[in-house]
Amino acid sequence: MNDTIFASSRPGRHNVHQATTTTSPATEIPERFLRKIAPPLPQVSELQVVRHFTRLSQMNFSVDTQFYPLGSCTMKYNPRICNVLAALPGFLNRHPLAADETGQGMLRSLFELQEMLKEIAGMHSVSLTPMAGAQGELAGVAMIRAYHRARGDDARTEMLAPDASHGTNPATAALCGYTVREIPTDAQGNVDLTALQQAVGPHTAGLMLTNPSTLGVFEPHVERIAQIVHEAGGLLYYDGANLNAVAGRVRPGDMGFDAVHFNVHKTFATPHGGGGPGAGPVGVAKRLAPYLPVPMVQKQILDNGREWFSWLTTTDLPDSIGRLSTFAGNIGILLRAYIYLRVIGGEGLQRVADFSTLNANYLMSRLMEAGFVVAFPKRRATHEFIITLKHEATTLGVTALDFAKRLLDYGIHAPTMYFPSLVPECLLIEPTETETKETLDHFVETMIAIRQEAQEHPQHLRTAPHAVPVAGPGVGRLDATRAARKPDLIWKENMIS
Amino acid sequence: MPFIPHTPADLDEMLSQIGISALEQLFDEVPLNLRAPPLHLPPALGEMAVSRLMRERAEGDANSLCFIGAGAYEHHIPAAVWEIASRGEFLTAYTPYQAEASQGTLQVMYEFQTMMAGLTAMDVSNASLYDGGSSLGEAVLMAVRANPEQNKKILIPTSLHPHYRHVVATMTRDQGIELIEIPFDPVEGRILPQSLDRLHGQNFAGVVIQQPNFFGILEDVDTLTDWAKTEGALVIGVVNPISLGLLQPPGTWGKTGADIACGEGQPLGIPLSSGGPYFGFLCCKQEHIRQLPGRIVGRTEDAAGKKGFILTLQAREQHIRRSKATSNICTNQGLMTVAATIHLSLLGPAGLAQTAATCHAQTLCLVEKLVAIPGVTRQFTAPFFHEAALRLPKPTAPVLAQLSRLGIEGGFRLGEYYPKLDKSILVCATETKTEADLNRFVDALSWLLSVKEA
Repeated sequence: MNDTIFASSRPGRHNVHQATTTTSPATEIPERFLRKIAPPLPQVSELQVVRHFTRLSQMNFSVDTQFYPLGSCTMKYNPRICNVLAALPGFLNRHPLAADETGQGMLRSLFELQEMLKEIAGMHSVSLTPMAGAQGELAGVAMIRAYHRARGDDARTEMLAPDASHGTNPATAALCGYTVREIPTDAQGNVDLTALQQAVGPHTAGLMLTNPSTLGVFEPHVERIAQIVHEAGGLLYYDGANLNAVAGRVRPGDMGFDAVHFNVHKTFATPHGGGGPGAGPVGVAKRLAPYLPVPMVQKQILDNGREWFSWLTTTDLPDSIGRLSTFAGNIGILLRAYIYLRVIGGEGLQRVADFSTLNANYLMSRLMEAGFVVAFPKRRATHEFIITLKHEATTLGVTALDFAKRLLDYGIHAPTMYFPSLVPECLLIEPTETETKETLDHFVETMIAIRQEAQEHPQHLRTAPHAVPVAGPGVGRLDATRAARKPDLIWKENMIS
Repeated sequence: MPFIPHTPADLDEMLSQIGISALEQLFDEVPLNLRAPPLHLPPALGEMAVSRLMRERAEGDANSLCFIGAGAYEHHIPAAVWEIASRGEFLTAYTPYQAEASQGTLQVMYEFQTMMAGLTAMDVSNASLYDGGSSLGEAVLMAVRANPEQNKKILIPTSLHPHYRHVVATMTRDQGIELIEIPFDPVEGRILPQSLDRLHGQNFAGVVIQQPNFFGILEDVDTLTDWAKTEGALVIGVVNPISLGLLQPPGTWGKTGADIACGEGQPLGIPLSSGGPYFGFLCCKQEHIRQLPGRIVGRTEDAAGKKGFILTLQAREQHIRRSKATSNICTNQGLMTVAATIHLSLLGPAGLAQTAATCHAQTLCLVEKLVAIPGVTRQFTAPFFHEAALRLPKPTAPVLAQLSRLGIEGGFRLGEYYPKLDKSILVCATETKTEADLNRFVDALSWLLSVKEA
């Protein structure tokens, strides 16, 4: 590890120019309310701060610096123009509770984004307010619950999800008070229709489904699935995590879904930020529209013919599931998504689906040709696919984890490991549309080289990584068990208060 | 093609490798009737045209002189904060699942956790949640889990930010948790400890205390904390991190300290941005760590004994525990915490205290000037920090609208959520305001209040 910022701290070192110059002792606040011991923050110079955090940044892999085929995460290029324009002072400096007059440009952009997302998803209405995909899921499932409740249909206590679903699906259903029943997957990677048929009933609130699925294949029986669930009185929730594969080509609304969330940091290229901020707009069919979370943006035409944009709140939407964020959600991120969509336009969106699918199928085909085992070789890959290293694990004693860690040494971010758990020793690989053929070819060559190493020096893989190409001291494979057994979560050494 | 690098030759070679002749065939498993019609979306604009469009829209969004706080505060953000936080290596990485290739992000998170735990005087912190309101929602769910002996009841003051109350209601609705309101005293603007007597012995799981409360009034946190603890409840402190440069941190409230501390991180280097992205923070005592939701970074070692950082205690999280997880949260607000960590490093303890003191002095000064206007009075009598409710002699909505047209956002209209405070607005002046700014507001309000109705 690099030294922490606290190690550079020296009493009395200040950046006085960063704070305000006028001082006031705040004497009229009664003593009992005041802090007795100053907070243990570092006392460092501006140069020390800049150097420290610049150095830390250089210890990361990122889309800007490495190929990052992390399945299910859609690590594609984040266009710079979106960052630059979303950070214009007019957008950046406006207070959330300022008058609507002062935010017409922002509100107009968000309204148009709502309209575009409705069209892309084939949905009746969209609310932009959820702050990440998982919060979009929460909104969607809470709306399904509100719908059943409004009809007095209280017996619906169970939410269905495929056994290969994202962990957020069952976690969200539980947060909404549902018990979760998992539906098995058949040998082709599709939902087991017989099992689904047996699972549904008057207790079924709905089904949460990702399509293309987490297994990297398109669920061809989705209409039949929708029919089964709808006939049982349940509703269908679309997890939009894999929308990048089909946006502009297939619409969740046409497939029969009643609610959908979008991950703008996946499909619409907003930066992942080391784990957020994202945004998880939610779209719904007409019957769920009254329950959408607030605030939403509305457009009105004033008497003078001017278009006027404003926030809708629970006063306007009394049946709304309510507020999910303190203000209006991650507006700066939504603006980036809007700008991205304006740059690429409708035809560009379809190209995204085409070329992300092309890249995935090309890479899958080349890896198969090189002798790697693909989980669903007879299926068309969507924008991602799974290889299983079960054979390598049994014969060479080298696991998917070992391959993943060794890829880091070669300057490639590892694919998603051990998800979905249905496939043993798996890597979920999503190259995205913004990568060149050369990069994909290089990945194949690297995988071949690593397999060669696995045959000749398996121990070298089991202890990988050895030399991750990042700045700074670098580390070998870190001990996760030790981290969880004796949690060391804050820096207690050299703390100077 | 924007952002797609394939040459025609690449395309041919790749299709041929796959064994198809056209891109459409990639979708041959999609039933024909599900293939979308051409979508009605705007055509592609070049980067230049989009730049012009967005610049025009941003310029139309006037940045007024802002005296609204109410949960989001305009502070000076040192230039170095976003210069560094916006580096591509922070911006375009993802959740640090591969620790060895993510030591930068992980170490920042560890330093962030250290700073937040230090600021709140709690034992541990997570690596962020979405925002202040949702961090309280998670804190409430956490308190109920961590205190299973008690009833699923949580006391929520009506002097808590109304939007926080709304978010908590949305997040807990289907968990069978009863939210019980605690009133504030209409004269003092704070919770009177004697008003809690009627709640004695109800075995609620937690008590929420916001310091300062929504009106900027300082709650008697020591007494409230001690009372809650004798009732067997966990104490959830909701705090503004800037205030902690000056005010007692939740970890030292009462005899025991609060059990959980949460709040809005926006004042720590995050632009106002009409409401987001911000970040929420959530800290707690050591004993509740396994109930803490969200990402947590820990320090560990590699085989050679070299120290490094890794996501830890993941058995709490949705990708491992699925329906038994502590929360459904996956992505949080990583980049915002990078900015906050840099911001706090630049401020240091002295800078933070100075910022807090200056904000308070500015608001005091503003209040003094405003109550000198005939008919303007303070709504509440108790001591405040950084924000104050003022009663106006005229209906507040038109006054604020008129101020807005003069380029001044004069405050938050309390009548929106508190019918009995219909005559009052909530004002705040941070360190960003000059004497001239204050005078401009005072002169404008004075003029508006003096003109006779037409």
